[in-house]
Amino acid sequence: MLRTKLEPNKQSIFTKVHIDVTLLVGLLVLMAVGLVTIYSAGGQDIELIQRQVIRLGVALFVMLLLAQIPILAYQRMSIYFYIAGVLMLVAVLLFGVTGKGAQRWLDLGVVRFQPSEIMKLAVPMMVAWYISRFNLPPKLWNICIGFVFVVVPTLLIAKQPDLGTSLLIASSGVFVLFLAGMSWSLILMVTCLVSAFAPVMWFFLMKEYQKQRVLTFINPESDPLGSGYHIIQSKIAIGSGGVSGKGWLQGTQSQLEFLPERHTDFIFAVFSEEFGLFGILGLLAIYCYIIVVGLMIAMRAQDAFAKLLAGSITLTFFVYVFVNMGMVSGLLPVVGVPLPLVSYGGTSMVTLLAGFGILMAISTQKRLLSRQ
Amino acid sequence: MAIKRVTIKDHSAEANLFARRSFIAMLLVCVMMILIISNLYYLQVSKFDDYQTRSNGNRIKVLPVAPNRGLIYDRNGILLAENRPVFSLELIPEEIDDLDSTLAELTTLLNIEEDEIADFKTNMQRVRRFKPVSLRNRLSNTDVALFSASQHKFPGVSIEARLARHYPFGSALTHALGYVARINKKDLQKLNEAGQEANYAATHDIGKLGIEKYHEELLHGEVGYQEVEINSKGRIIRTLNFQPPKPGKDLVLNLDVKMQLEIQSVLADTRGSVVALDAKTGGVLALYSNPSYDPNYFVHGISSKRYSKLLQSTDRPLINRATQGQYPPASTVKPHLALAGLEEGVIDSETRLFDNGRYQLKNVSHVWRDWIPWGHGWVDVKKSVEVSCDFFFYDLAYHLGIDRINESMTEFGFGDYTGIDIYEESDGNMPSRGWKKARYNEPWYIGDTISVGIGQSYWTATPLQLAKSINTLINKGRRIVPQVLRGQMINGETVLDPLKELQPIPVKNIENWNLVLSSMYGVIHEPHGTARAAFVDVAYSPAGKTGTAQVVSIAQDAKYDAEKLAEKHRDNAMYVGFAPFDDPQISVAVALENAGGGSSQAAPIARKVMDFYFKDKQLELVKTNPDDNPTHIQQ
Repeated sequence: MLRTKLEPNKQSIFTKVHIDVTLLVGLLVLMAVGLVTIYSAGGQDIELIQRQVIRLGVALFVMLLLAQIPILAYQRMSIYFYIAGVLMLVAVLLFGVTGKGAQRWLDLGVVRFQPSEIMKLAVPMMVAWYISRFNLPPKLWNICIGFVFVVVPTLLIAKQPDLGTSLLIASSGVFVLFLAGMSWSLILMVTCLVSAFAPVMWFFLMKEYQKQRVLTFINPESDPLGSGYHIIQSKIAIGSGGVSGKGWLQGTQSQLEFLPERHTDFIFAVFSEEFGLFGILGLLAIYCYIIVVGLMIAMRAQDAFAKLLAGSITLTFFVYVFVNMGMVSGLLPVVGVPLPLVSYGGTSMVTLLAGFGILMAISTQKRLLSRQ
Repeated sequence: MAIKRVTIKDHSAEANLFARRSFIAMLLVCVMMILIISNLYYLQVSKFDDYQTRSNGNRIKVLPVAPNRGLIYDRNGILLAENRPVFSLELIPEEIDDLDSTLAELTTLLNIEEDEIADFKTNMQRVRRFKPVSLRNRLSNTDVALFSASQHKFPGVSIEARLARHYPFGSALTHALGYVARINKKDLQKLNEAGQEANYAATHDIGKLGIEKYHEELLHGEVGYQEVEINSKGRIIRTLNFQPPKPGKDLVLNLDVKMQLEIQSVLADTRGSVVALDAKTGGVLALYSNPSYDPNYFVHGISSKRYSKLLQSTDRPLINRATQGQYPPASTVKPHLALAGLEEGVIDSETRLFDNGRYQLKNVSHVWRDWIPWGHGWVDVKKSVEVSCDFFFYDLAYHLGIDRINESMTEFGFGDYTGIDIYEESDGNMPSRGWKKARYNEPWYIGDTISVGIGQSYWTATPLQLAKSINTLINKGRRIVPQVLRGQMINGETVLDPLKELQPIPVKNIENWNLVLSSMYGVIHEPHGTARAAFVDVAYSPAGKTGTAQVVSIAQDAKYDAEKLAEKHRDNAMYVGFAPFDDPQISVAVALENAGGGSSQAAPIARKVMDFYFKDKQLELVKTNPDDNPTHIQQ
């Protein structure tokens, strides 16, 4: 147990409002790191920080809110949530609003929102709900059904096109199946199938700009001023940071605006440039801490649905980290995935903390349940 | 689907399975983190030097800084060429989306004229890509203010402030001092060949003419470097390092600008030139060619209209008449020829001839006439110079022969470059048998030699050559190369350049030289001297020789009538001279085109120049008669 037992009174107060302090500490530290980095990456713009703080506040509030909802309610809502989500994705494809070259938004008159964000939670909930109805490990048939639940929204989102989100959603569903005990031979088979599917994706599903990103990823130097520019500048920023970094606000790549998307998707490059390898190790330690706490919560959860959902949310959180760091440092092609809780931006922040809200619900409510 | 199977969940087995899978997932997380860390280790540790270099390469630019061009002073410390700040409107065509509309907008804003746009478009073709091309070169303060207020509307257009050359005396010094102008492709090519491209990386102008061109290397200085940090848009954020440029050397010239101005006003509208040399050092005291033009227009990019006007002017102001004007020297070379005759022993001081105005050779029908139709009667060599007797020199030339004339006149520098520190120079022509053969494929005729005896025939010389030859004469064969550059100004002190000298002409008998010089004194001081009238009541005992050169040959027995001849066919008026006679300080050559007689037109100009020179000199000018004190000048 990571939870401190020195102050049982205080602990119980947090438990009453369904806050997992161990998890919250990790999240807050990460957010603080994010604010510090955004301040540097955004050119010391205090207004940027204010807007981010407001978003964090909203997101934390959503987290707190979701932590109050009983697990049973999530379990029951899963299927409706999922169906609503899929319908909205279809609606996006039919009458969605186009922005930044992709059709991702639904305009509800008052607000524009991305149904794909909902699916980040709806898919693991749905799959977890479905799989947990049976004895684990699940049967082949159930796994196949589970895959269908994953593939449908994934393809709908990939069609928008939003490769980053569809990747995150696919992995969140697959993690549920994996944690549920899907057999290794099946895992191997699926891996092979996905590999076989790759060329199909390339020729039929991927848009020109996505293909370009992949080509650029393979050889960024081929077009140093065009599509390769981002990744080259990003690698220069990271590499020139060295072991100890150039110091906060001292990163020349970021301060002199050679780095693109400095405070959003490429904030990791800013961080690496200014804080170096030591800083990165520290940052990774925080992420590791959150993931360990998340998996602990999953293991301590009482029923299969909660276990699977908590595990999936935690591992998907790691996928964000891996994909973002991978793309910024040139290991993966550039897909639009932010560095979770560090990158500037609203939507993903709310979705991520909503996920952690569910984790907190799982973490704190099981106690209450066991006491009853 | 309705799956209603009653199954008993084995919670502990499920928990174990989940824990195992979570553990494996955690392992995978660790593996991937290690993957990320090792990639970052590769970037930040293994490749650190690489990326640090590339990062610095991104942000650090080394900008060349132009050195300040050396200033130029006259011999009295008067500033002749200075550097003034100017603002010019510069466009980088490659950075402008719609050049035509930008030009149109600038036209309404700053009243840009059509000429300026036309010149801009021509210049655009000449300038390298991504280099600024100037639209207007000297912006007024109003222009600067107007543009600055709306600069944001004009990407790719900027105001450049720099130091530009200014010549406060304008046209008075153009041919000697020259000017600088924008470096063009040809200049670049030359700089490349000389390995000087880097040194000129930030330099805007280069010497194009005169001293500015000849002493470019001294004047330019060495480029400096500014290491700056730039952002991704290329804007300079701060200076990291500054290696200041080494400014060019400040030069002091032998020229006296006041004398230049005097000559300019004296010549007025006459086409011609005046060269004044320091008799002792060969320093060029004055070198003026009329008409002249304002060099400042060239510095700022002369408009094609103005330039073609200069180019097409029948007065040919662009020619440096003092160094490039090739005139028949006419009678001005009689002293030199007399000396050659004396030194060669063809004549001596006693040789007398009877000049009846008509020189004839046995068996030759041609008659060479003296300028006085009835002749000068009995003449010796001294009187022949004084009265400019042609008859005597026809005979002298006949006896000397072209080969000996050519040899000794070449010693005086005729037919060769003087070596002055100005590139715009002609070598004139000292004819010879070989030259005529090569040039016209004709043999040398005796008649040619006889014309050479009075400085005509194919013989041409520049005023500078004449002045230099006079210097050689008064220095008894010592040949000092005329130089415009006097030295360098170092810490407010003039450090003189050493004199340049050629091997002196071997003197056979110094008396011959004295005789010739005293004959030149006689030209002014004897009652029959041709320049006596021009130098009445002169205080500084000058000596000289007049010359009147035929521009077109006049048919046998035809009379020269200046009034009837077209102006361009009138005689050139020439004069050479020096002063004071016993201790020469200045020698002067005057050549006036189509002005008429040397004694009536050129000699008075020479007098005014010398008057000016001696006006300020607080010298004890001793009137000396060489006949009274012949040994005085031998020292």
